[in-house]
Order: sequence, then C-alpha cells, then structure tokens
Amino acid sequence: MTATVPLAVERPTGGLAAARANLALAWADPIGRAGFALLGFTFLVAILGPVVFPFDPTEVGTSAASILQAPTAQHWLGTDELGRDVFRETIAGSQVSLLVGLLATAISMIVGTMAGLGAGYSRGLVGAVLVRITDFFLVLPTLPLIIVLAAIAGQSLGIIIVVIGLTSWASTARIVRSQILSLRERVFIERVRALGATDLRIAVVHILPNVLPLVFANTVLVIAGSILAEATLAFLGLGDPVHVSWGTMLHFAFEVGAAGRGAWWYLLPPGIGIVVVVLGFTLVGYTLDRILNPRLRNR
Amino acid sequence: MGGLRYLGRKLVQVALTLLAVVTFNFYLFHVLPGDPIKLLARAGNLQPEDIARLRELFGLDQSLPVQYLVYLRDLATGNLGMSLTYRQPVVDILAERIVNTVELLAAATVLVIIIGVVVGVIAAARRGTRVDTASVVTSLLFWSLPTFWTGLMLIFILGVWLHAFPISGSGTPGVVYASLGAQVVDFGAHLVLPTLTLVLVDIGQFVLITRSSLIDVLTEDFILTARAKGLSSSQVLWRHGVPNALLPVITTSALYVGLVVGGAIQVETVFSWPGMGRLIYDSVLRRDYPLIEATFLVFAMTVILTNFATDLLYMWIDPRVRNA
Repeated sequence: MTATVPLAVERPTGGLAAARANLALAWADPIGRAGFALLGFTFLVAILGPVVFPFDPTEVGTSAASILQAPTAQHWLGTDELGRDVFRETIAGSQVSLLVGLLATAISMIVGTMAGLGAGYSRGLVGAVLVRITDFFLVLPTLPLIIVLAAIAGQSLGIIIVVIGLTSWASTARIVRSQILSLRERVFIERVRALGATDLRIAVVHILPNVLPLVFANTVLVIAGSILAEATLAFLGLGDPVHVSWGTMLHFAFEVGAAGRGAWWYLLPPGIGIVVVVLGFTLVGYTLDRILNPRLRNR
Repeated sequence: MGGLRYLGRKLVQVALTLLAVVTFNFYLFHVLPGDPIKLLARAGNLQPEDIARLRELFGLDQSLPVQYLVYLRDLATGNLGMSLTYRQPVVDILAERIVNTVELLAAATVLVIIIGVVVGVIAAARRGTRVDTASVVTSLLFWSLPTFWTGLMLIFILGVWLHAFPISGSGTPGVVYASLGAQVVDFGAHLVLPTLTLVLVDIGQFVLITRSSLIDVLTEDFILTARAKGLSSSQVLWRHGVPNALLPVITTSALYVGLVVGGAIQVETVFSWPGMGRLIYDSVLRRDYPLIEATFLVFAMTVILTNFATDLLYMWIDPRVRNA
C-alpha cells in the first residue's frame, strides 16, 4: 500500500523556503498586502516615532487652559487631562502595545505548541490530561479570566504579558494537536519510525516543522488578540501605570469624560492606533490562514 | 443507544469541568492572595486576638482541604460570601444585576447571529463579486475594533453629537413613568447603543464563518443534483445550501458566548449599564474580592453550560455526532 504513494507527496512542507513562499503568496493577495502596509507603518512609527517626537510624561500643563486643549500648532492632536501632548503620547503608546502583543504571543505560542505536541503525540495518560487541560482553557471566558488574574497578580507590564500569554494558548494547542493527529499516520513518519527514530526525535525533527506554518498563521492572529487584550485590560484600569499604552490613554479619557466634553482628539488617536495595528495583524493572519489551511485554500 | 452514551459522556465532562472551575477559583482566591484577613482589615491595625477571632469566623484556622470542602458546601447552598464594599450578601447583588446582563446579551446575540448569517449567505452566493469582497473586508475591519472604543465612539457620535440615544444607564434617572409602556420604551432606548456596539464588533466572525461554510457546501454533489433537478437558484441556496452550512455557525455561537461575556464587561463599563460586567469592573477597581470571585464564577459557569447546550443541539441536529 505504501509503495504506491509517490515520494513527492510526502515531502515535508515546512522550512524557511516554504515560509518565504507563503509570505510571498500573502503579499500577492490585496488583503494581505494591505495588512503588511498597516504593519509596516505601525512598526515604523513605533521604532522611529519616539526618536523624532519624544514624549515626556512629566511635562504636564501649567494652566487650566492647557488641559484637554483642542489641536493647536504647538500640540497637533491637542492635550490630555494633564495637559500633555496627545500626538507624542500616542506615538509612545505604540511601543507598549506592540511589545505586549509580541511577547505575550511568544509565551502563548511556546506553551500552546508544546501542549499540542504532547496532546497529539502521546497516546497515554499525558496526552489525555493535556487534552482536558486545553479544553478547560478553551471554554474559560478569556477576558474575565485575564481581569481576575491581573487583579490578583498586580499591574506591571511583565505580569500583564505573562497573564495574556498564559490565557491565550489553548487555540494554538488545539490546532497543533489536530495537525499532529493527521500527520503521525502519514507514510514518511512511519518510514522514520521504521528507521529507528525515537518518539521525541520524530516529534521535534519530523512533525514540528510540518506543523509550524499553520501555527505561524495562528500566531499572527494571536498577536492581534493579545494587543486587544492589553488595550482592554488597560482601559479597565488594570494596565501598567508607569508605561502608558493606548488602553491607558483611553482609560483616562473615559474617566475624565472626554466623550461628553467633545474631546475627539483624545479619543480618536489611541483608538485608531489600536485599530490600525490589530487590523494589520488580522488581515495578514486571515490571508496566511487561507493560504496555509488546506481546507480553506482557494477561497 | 449511541445517543444515551454520548449524553452520559458529555454530562460527566461538564461535571468535571465545573468542578475544575470551582477548584481553580478556590485556589485563585483563597490560596494565592495570601491572608484574606489583611484584605478585610485594610488598615491593618488589629489586635492579635481580633485577628484570631476573625480567622475563626472565616474558618481560616482550618486546614486547606477542610476549607475547600466548606467552600464547596457554601457554593452548593448558594452562599457566596459578603461583599467587602456593599456589605451585603454577594448573591443578592448578583441576583439584582444578572437580569440586565441577560437582556443586553440576548438582544445582541439574536441580532448578531441573524444579521451575520444573512450577510454571510449573500456574500457566499455572490462569491467573487464586489458585494463579497466588501463584506469580507468590512467583517475583518469590525473584527479588529476594540469593543470599549467602539462604545466610546458611538457615545460620541450618536449620543453627544447627534443626541439620538441616551448614553448611560438602563433608564432615565429620577423619572416617574406614566405607564409600563413608557418605561419599556425608555429601557429600550437605553439598550440601543450598548447592543449596537456588541453587534458591530461581533458580527464579522459570523459573516466569515457562514460565508466559508456555505462556499464549502455549495461545491458538494447534492447541490449539483438539486440544480440538475431544475430547482431555482434561490431554492438551491436556501433549502439545500444554508441548512447544511449551519453546523459551523452553531460551533461559533458556542465560542461566541465566551467572547460576548468579555464584550459585556466592556460595554457595560462604557455605558454604565447596571449588569454583571459593570459589577466586575467596579469590584476590580475597589478590590472587592468576594464579588470579583462570584462574578467570574457565574461567567465561567454560564459559558460551560452554554457549550454543553450546544453539544446537545449538535446531537439533535446531526446524527453523525450521536453515533461517533
């Protein structure tokens, strides 16, 4: 039976060349390209912005008129409730959002991939327990969980990153597991097992590279979710008080009633910042998912 | 017979998950934060004998396993403790709030599913056209909107700017209603913006799921057969295509409950809607741990039980699941 399967079909699809090919396909798609453009813009702002327009959080307004001031030549996007420059504050906020999004996703990916590998490859008790734990985290409502953990653990950037990372890995684990369940029955895996490879070696050397592309598409979507989670947490007053993020800005804008006072310059910039970066990752993730997910291909 | 076995297995799973959530909750709130007496006596100027009395009162002099069993007994009898800020039993506060959240979420969920499915079907039926592309791009854009910010924007545009709808609370404060009808109208007006916020941010995923599921179904052989029989294209679409494309929509609906609970927290906070979401926000700001704990528990249990209900619905709709 195995002899009739052509070798080419069984060639592993992972690796750097495949990743580059997939990114090129995503770039060729108009939706994907729009996503890359938004991300390029955001990263440019986050890296160069604070150098060109540095933000000093201690530089507060000195008069009543300088508070929640509409845009002027001096303050392009007006001032916040302490009389600070909203334009510079928004640029500074981009760094916190991206940092939390990327690092939380890194934790989420590592935990999710390992849990998924274990759940998919171990047929014994370990696998069964990992499946149960994954399902448990999959049904727990994420935002209440994050709020509760942040309320108990405290409000530093490090804790926020860990909390978001440890609550968002379940979907990754599920994707990895279902991929492995289909992969481990494939012929090339049976061949390396026949050659005497250990379970661990098969999992890490032969299965992991084949799972990674789909994990990659999922990663991009998890980054979008993590950035939204950080913004929401900060908006609810559970952000890091030292490092101002877009969510923190909107928290204070809400607290001082910026909407009722018509202070659109305080509401729009941080919100648009969040939408631009989240939309960027969502568009790229959606496109990659369509390219990489065999069930969705050609849609 | 297979159905009963499936049902039994699902029941055991739900019971285990609920127990896990309760245990997780116990660990989170009773083991992790350290000494609750310090939380209760915030100033901390208590005499040692007072502390000892409080420890005894709250059962903290018992061993952890005993505390856990007492906790389980209290939960089973509906004793969720006292709120630190309201100085009222937590259960009473929850009972007052839960109705408002259910009303808000029910309104939003019904609208999201109906509109989402209809738009998704239209997009799939006109696959590749401008209508299709527009609905995909709009869905992805709405999907990327932060819920709380969307709420703030609606307050700004429709509330403050156009004065179209009330922006805060569930009724006009201080008003004596002339009739029940007037009260319902006022409540409905207050419900518009929070519901609209939830519908906007959550509709995208239903459009996308319905669209891709229907596109999948439309390539199957029985659709070709239906066409070959000479049925009109709308008959093929709505009678043969859509019903078969709805299973993934049900799965999404189950996952959606977990999501919309998070949406409720944000929307209720922004619009001062007196529900469970606003409650968890207020109690987090005031560090009212018994209240946070109970609210989280209610949210988690709701999501777990809804998932269970979806499993049952699946079993009823799709015989393949029952016999798996």
